[in-house]
Amino acid sequence: MAITTSALAGTLESSDAQVLIEPRAQGVQINLESSVYAQYGAHIEQLAHELVETLGITNATISITDKGALDCTLKARIEAAYYRALGKQQDFDWEVL
Amino acid sequence: MINAAGREIPDEFLHDGVEPFQGIYYRDGYHYQKAAPTVRAYVRPQADKLVDSVKDAVIATGLKDGMTISFHHHLRDGDYVVNMVMKAIHELGIRDLTVCASSLGKAHNYLVTCIQDGTVTGISTSGIRDEIGEVISAGQLKHPAVIRTHGGRARAIEDGTIHIDVAFIGASTSDQYGNASGKGGQSDTGVLSYMGSDVHYADQVVILTDTLVDAPNFPAAIQGIDVDYVVLVTKIGDPNKIATGALRLSKDTRELGIAENAAKCMYHSGLFKDGFTFQTGAGGPSLATTIFLKQYMQQEHIKCRWAMGGVTEPIVNLFHEGYIQNILDDQAFDLAAVGSVLTDTNHYEITASQYANPFNKGAFVNQLDFVILGALEVDVDFNVNVVQGSNGILQGAPGGHPDTAAGAKVTIIVAPLIRSRLATVRTRVTSVTTPGESVDIVVTDYGVAVNPRRQDLLAAFADTDIPLLSIEELRDLAYQYAGEPSPLEFEDQVVALIEYRDGTLIDVVKKPKLQK
Amino acid sequence: MTVTDRIRRTMIFLNTQRAALVKDAFIYRPDCVILDLEDAVAANEKDAARFQLYQTLKHVDYRGVERWVRINGLDTDLFEEDIKAAVAGGTEGIRLPKTETASDVQLVEEKVAAAEKQFGRPVGSTMLMAALESPLAIINAFEIAKSSPRLMGIALSAGDYVRTLHAKRTVAGIELFGARSQMIIAARAAGVMAFDTVYTDIDNMAGFKEEVELIKNMGFDGKSLISPKQIKVAHEIFNPSAKEITHAAHVIQAVRDNGDKGVGVLTVDGKMVDIAWVEGAQRTLDLAKAAGLYKGDLA
Repeated sequence: MAITTSALAGTLESSDAQVLIEPRAQGVQINLESSVYAQYGAHIEQLAHELVETLGITNATISITDKGALDCTLKARIEAAYYRALGKQQDFDWEVL
Repeated sequence: MINAAGREIPDEFLHDGVEPFQGIYYRDGYHYQKAAPTVRAYVRPQADKLVDSVKDAVIATGLKDGMTISFHHHLRDGDYVVNMVMKAIHELGIRDLTVCASSLGKAHNYLVTCIQDGTVTGISTSGIRDEIGEVISAGQLKHPAVIRTHGGRARAIEDGTIHIDVAFIGASTSDQYGNASGKGGQSDTGVLSYMGSDVHYADQVVILTDTLVDAPNFPAAIQGIDVDYVVLVTKIGDPNKIATGALRLSKDTRELGIAENAAKCMYHSGLFKDGFTFQTGAGGPSLATTIFLKQYMQQEHIKCRWAMGGVTEPIVNLFHEGYIQNILDDQAFDLAAVGSVLTDTNHYEITASQYANPFNKGAFVNQLDFVILGALEVDVDFNVNVVQGSNGILQGAPGGHPDTAAGAKVTIIVAPLIRSRLATVRTRVTSVTTPGESVDIVVTDYGVAVNPRRQDLLAAFADTDIPLLSIEELRDLAYQYAGEPSPLEFEDQVVALIEYRDGTLIDVVKKPKLQK
Repeated sequence: MTVTDRIRRTMIFLNTQRAALVKDAFIYRPDCVILDLEDAVAANEKDAARFQLYQTLKHVDYRGVERWVRINGLDTDLFEEDIKAAVAGGTEGIRLPKTETASDVQLVEEKVAAAEKQFGRPVGSTMLMAALESPLAIINAFEIAKSSPRLMGIALSAGDYVRTLHAKRTVAGIELFGARSQMIIAARAAGVMAFDTVYTDIDNMAGFKEEVELIKNMGFDGKSLISPKQIKVAHEIFNPSAKEITHAAHVIQAVRDNGDKGVGVLTVDGKMVDIAWVEGAQRTLDLAKAAGLYKGDLA
C-alpha cells in the first residue's frame, strides 16, 4: 500500500534502530545508515527489501538509522513505522510479519 | 609471506632484519647491541637550562627535516604538550618528521594537520584513534604507521630500531636543571614511566613544565643529567582530563557476571596462592574482577604480593585494605592512583621497560601470574584484536596487552560476546594484536572458552561450575544471534604495521574501502 | 498438559519496548522471562512493543528459558491484539494482569484458543498465569486458581493491592501476610504454582534476600523480579542445600531399598523418617535436579 503520512518508530539507543517512513511518489527507496554497516550493511538492506515485499509497501522512502539492532528489532521497527503511517492498530496478519 | 599467526605480511616490509612473527618466544636468548645516543657534554657550569619558549627550545635542539621526535601520553586526554610542540615545529617549517609517541588520542589532533601537510610523515605509537586513526586509515600518512606495544616501544628504542633525535617531555614539575617528575604541580600525572627509555636513548631531551620548583626536585623520574633544555609553559595540560574521575566499579549485571567467571577461573587455576601477582585492564569487566578476587582472597586468607599496570581506584582501595601488598605503576588512570603513588610507600613507579620490554633481562610482566584483558575481537585461534574497529578503521591501542599476555602464566580475556550486533568471537580477527599462543581463557557473558593448549586449565576447571564451551561454540553462538559478519573490504595500500613486542611483524593494516 | 512440572524460581520482567533488554536476557539464566507489554511500555509505544514482541518470540532462541508475555489489561483495547501477537509468536504462556475473577481467565482462554487456531499453534499449548492485584482477586484466589486447565499459577502483584487495602508497604511485609497466605493455600488446593510479587528496592539486596527467604518458607514456588542481579540470589535461596539434597537422596534410597517390606517407619541418617515425608524428599531431589545440583537417578 502507499502511505500518505510520515511516521517514526524506534530509538537511537545501542542495539536499536530508528525508522522514518515517508510518502514517495513512486517506488520504494531505502536509506540505511548503520553503525555496523561494514559487516552487516548488505544484509540489512536485503532484509529491508524483503520486508517491503512482504508488507506490500509500494510507495515510500524508508530511512533506517541503525545502532546495531538484531534482525528481529529491525523488522519490528520497520513494521511499527509502516503501520503507524497507515494508522492501522489491530488485526495484523501476524504469521506473515 | 604468511607468519606464525597465519597473517600475510607483504615482502616489501621484510627487509633490513625485519622478520615476520614466528612465535611469542622466538627471540628468547637473542643477542643484540644496545643503541647509544650521541649527546652533548655540558662541562662548563650553567646557571640553568631554561629557554624562553617552546619555539626557542626547538631551535636550540637544531631539529631538522627527517628527524624523529618523541612524546609520552601520561597527560592523556588533557595533553597540551604534543600540540604545543607541533605548532612550534610547524611554524618553523620543519618537515618529514617521525613522531614516536607512547600513545596518541584525541588531545593530539593537531597532528592531523601535520600529517596532511607533510610535517609528519611517520608515526610510531601504541594508541591510534579518533581523527588521527581516521586520517592514517585513509592512507594520508606518507609511511605506514608502526603500532607498538608499551614493551615493544621500549625495546625498539633500546635496540636501535628507532632512534630518537629529540624527546619532548611534559613533566608535572621540574627544577631548572631538568630533574623532572610526574608528581606535584598543576597537572599531576603521578608517574612518567613511558619516558624511561627515551631519556637514555634520545640524543636530546627537552622538558616542558608548568611548575618550576627549586632544585633538587627529588625523587625525579627523569634526572637532570639526561636533560638538555627546560621550558616553562603556562600549562602542560588540563588536569580535569589527565586523570579521569575515579574509574568506578561496574554495577552492570552482565559485566559482573563476566568478571565473576574470570575470578572463578583464577581461583580454580591452581595458581591462586598467597603471594600471587596480577594485572587487570581498566575496562568494566576487567576492573570488576577485583570485586570477586577480594572475596576469594578473604575466603582463602591470602594476599596479593603485587598488582601492576595502569593503576585505578579499585586497585588502590584493595592496596589500602591490605589485600595487595605492593603496586607497580606504569600509568595512573585516575586521581586515586595519582594520589597513592604520591604518598604510599609500597606504590612504586616503574618504567615501561621495567614493565614490559621483552629484550631486557626480565621485565615484570614475566612475573605475572594472571592478567585480565579486554578485546574488540577474538578468533577461533584465540588471536585478539584491540587495534582495528569493526569498520576497519584504526581505533585502539595494544598498550601492554601483548606484553602481559606473553608474560603472564594465565592470560584471561573478558568481553561481551556480542556488542550491539558485533560478534566479539569470530572466525578470523580483522587484524592480530595479541597472538592466540599467549591467550589462555576467553570469558564472555555466554560462556567461557579455554585454549586447548592449556589442558592443565581444562582439567582444573572440569569439576567446577565455570560454564565451559569451546571457542568454536562461542563463535557459533555469536553468529547465531548476530548473524555471520561479511568480511571487511580493503584496498592494497598498507597504512599501518602491527609490530609484535619482539620487533617481528604480526600483521599489517590495509586501507579500508570507502563505504557510503 | 502438565504446566506445573517445571522449576520456576525466578521470572524477570523485561520491557519489550527496549531492544537491548529483550535481545539476550537469557544470559542471566532466569527460569522464566516475562516480556512486558503492560506497565513498562509507554502508552504511545504499545504498537512498537508488540511488533518487537512478536519478532523476538519468533526469532530469538531463549535457550530453554521459559518465555511469558504480560498482556495489557482486559479493560484496554490492546489485550486482544497482544494475545494474537504472543500466540502467533509462540509464547509459552500469557500472564494476565489485574485478574479478579475466574471469568477473566476464561475470557483470555477463549481468545488464546482462537489465536492458537488462527495461527496454527496446537490448541491448548499456551499456558496462563493470573496476576492478583486487588482485595477482590485475593478473595477469589481459589476460584481463579482452578479456573482453567491452562492455568499454571497465580502471582501476587502488590503495588495496587496495598494501595487498595489502605495499608502501608513495610520492610517486613506484614501488610502482605494475608494475601500471601490466602494465595499459597489457594494455589496448593487447586494444584497450581504460586509466585510472589516483585521487590522494587533493587539496591537493597539484604532486604530482597530476607523477602525471598520469607516467601520460600511460606511455600511459594518463585518470585517475579525486576533486575537481573536478583536472579542468582533468588536461586541460591530456592535451591536446596547440599545437606538437604544428600538427606533427601538417603530417604528416597531407603524407601526404595525397603521396597516391598511395607515398613511404615524408616531410620535415615540416624533419625526416624515418617513415610509421609517421602513426598517432600522427592520434591527436594526434583528441584535439585532441575537446578543442576543433583545428577543422580533418584529424581
